[in-house]
Amino acid sequence: MAPFSLGPLRMRKMSTSLLAQAAVNGLFVGGVFALISIGLTLIWGVMRIINFAHGEFLMIGMYIAYFAVVRGGLDPYLTLLVTIPALFLIGALIFWGTIRPVLTAPSMNQILLTVGLSLVLQNLALVFFKADVLFAQTPYGKMNYHIGGVVIEMPKLLAFVGSILAASLLYWLLQSTDLGRAIRAASQNSRAAQLMGIHVRQTYLIAFGIGSACLGVAASLMIPFYYVSPTVGLFFGTIAFVIVVLGGMGNFLGALVAGIIIGLTESLGAAILPGSLARVFTFAIFVLFLLFRPTGIFGRRQG
Amino acid sequence: MTRSPLLRIAAIGGGLLALGLLPLALQRVSRGEYYLHVLTLVLLYAYLSTAWNILGGYAGQHSLGHGIFLGLGAYTSTLLFSRFGVTPWLGMWAGAVLAGAVGAFIGFLCFRYGLRGPYFALATIAIAEAMRYVVSNIPYLGGARGLEVVWKGHNPAIFQFSGKAWYYYIALLLAAGCLAISAWLQRSRLGYWMVAVRENEDAAAALGVDLVRTKVLATVVSAVLTALGGTFYAQYFTFVNPSSVFGEGPSVQILLYSIIGGLGTAWGSAIGALVLVPIAEFTRARLGGTFAGVHLLIYGAILMLVMLFMPQGIMGLIRRAASRTRLRRQEGRP
Repeated sequence: MAPFSLGPLRMRKMSTSLLAQAAVNGLFVGGVFALISIGLTLIWGVMRIINFAHGEFLMIGMYIAYFAVVRGGLDPYLTLLVTIPALFLIGALIFWGTIRPVLTAPSMNQILLTVGLSLVLQNLALVFFKADVLFAQTPYGKMNYHIGGVVIEMPKLLAFVGSILAASLLYWLLQSTDLGRAIRAASQNSRAAQLMGIHVRQTYLIAFGIGSACLGVAASLMIPFYYVSPTVGLFFGTIAFVIVVLGGMGNFLGALVAGIIIGLTESLGAAILPGSLARVFTFAIFVLFLLFRPTGIFGRRQG
Repeated sequence: MTRSPLLRIAAIGGGLLALGLLPLALQRVSRGEYYLHVLTLVLLYAYLSTAWNILGGYAGQHSLGHGIFLGLGAYTSTLLFSRFGVTPWLGMWAGAVLAGAVGAFIGFLCFRYGLRGPYFALATIAIAEAMRYVVSNIPYLGGARGLEVVWKGHNPAIFQFSGKAWYYYIALLLAAGCLAISAWLQRSRLGYWMVAVRENEDAAAALGVDLVRTKVLATVVSAVLTALGGTFYAQYFTFVNPSSVFGEGPSVQILLYSIIGGLGTAWGSAIGALVLVPIAEFTRARLGGTFAGVHLLIYGAILMLVMLFMPQGIMGLIRRAASRTRLRRQEGRP
């Protein structure tokens, strides 16, 4: 299964237009990757926790969006009104119930806790929804525009634009509102923030909720062109880790740039290499970065 | 815990004798074959988890991708057997050497730049995932469908047995050997180095412990042992595919028993496997048909509960209880 593969276009001979097509798709999908990763990097940046269940939160969001479209008859983009608050609440609840007690525990305990959480969520979905792959048919699914030999798929374009808008909104929120200042203060020095009268635990809760809500946005934006299954989070979760490391853990703009780089890598790789072998490029980049620049693209070099 | 060495030897000898006679007793029990299967799994996971614990528990470097080494062991011996007719008894050592080399490579690359904690965990996950994708895409290695260990009839020379008891005894030998190595390591110079590195890298380095060398050695020992278990895994299940060894599930399963039993203790992993494998296996037998993945659900839930309520594992509970009794005795109360 090669997600975001080019479908029938793969039959064509290798050409510049094929590569251009792959680049366009990679860019669009990279935008969504970026939004997903911003949620993860925000949580890491604020409370130094790697949420291994991040992909599973996205999976939950996609199921909510899917059922809102198929059962509720909602327009896929209107499901944003459901998925954003739902994911915020789910994130906040899970933070309160499971993450909060281990905030001061060794980092490995936190990792294992969220690994456990990801196994629970993934397999709960498997129990409830079976291994079936679901796809929501929407009017947007077939909207394609041809621009000079390149097909622009409407849902992917909208997903890109929506993701960038959401990321910008979040950036504004972090930079220019009191809540954002509180979140940044808590992330830089939680003790000092507390002394300044910021309720740090509550700020963490909100930040975790916002990080999860990013996934609600991504889930709704992807539902017109991406399938849902219990293991869909595994792929996006792993990709998000790669992007977060690449962008520098906790670095907002880094995640944005790295998201687009990985989107392009995945898409161009799939155009060149057969099957899911393209993913190897992504992991190679990841391992190389971990080895030589663990602080990411924009980070300072480690000594 | 026994303090006298004589008592200790007697306890271990008695335990081994009892475990050795168990299959004979199970022959007289209904569904004895099935219990023997569960016990074999207990031993296999006790073995794998003890091997993981050398790197993750003693040296404190938590690999979340030990499936890499499990898979290298399973794939090497199975490939050599099915393509070249090499007996798995030899193939398992080829797999072990390969895993040791890969372990040294990964360890050297990661630890040279001082990747710590979450970064090492992420790197191992990524490498395991990459292996899963690569192997899935190489038809020679069976692709995504995997390789089968073709049944050629009962023949001990090619690691194929018609009775479950054989596998049980091999697993028992493996587990006992691994525990012995693990217990010996704990009191060896390398073991002390590893614990020093785990507790405080800077202090260990200041005292002259070679950090990179210690961590790489721990990775190699752990990788070699895990790969040997991988060959047993392939022979026992007669089948290996990319997600069953390189996937997230097996990697988590390997470390789970150590965490639950008690990280960094010689016996913790075995105790963890003894408690948890039967629970998981019985629920899988009960519910696995209707609810796929239910055993992973249970693993995940247990992992969460342990992290929330008893992060020191079962051994931690035992120790706390023991120290409480000692205190009470010192205070002169019954």
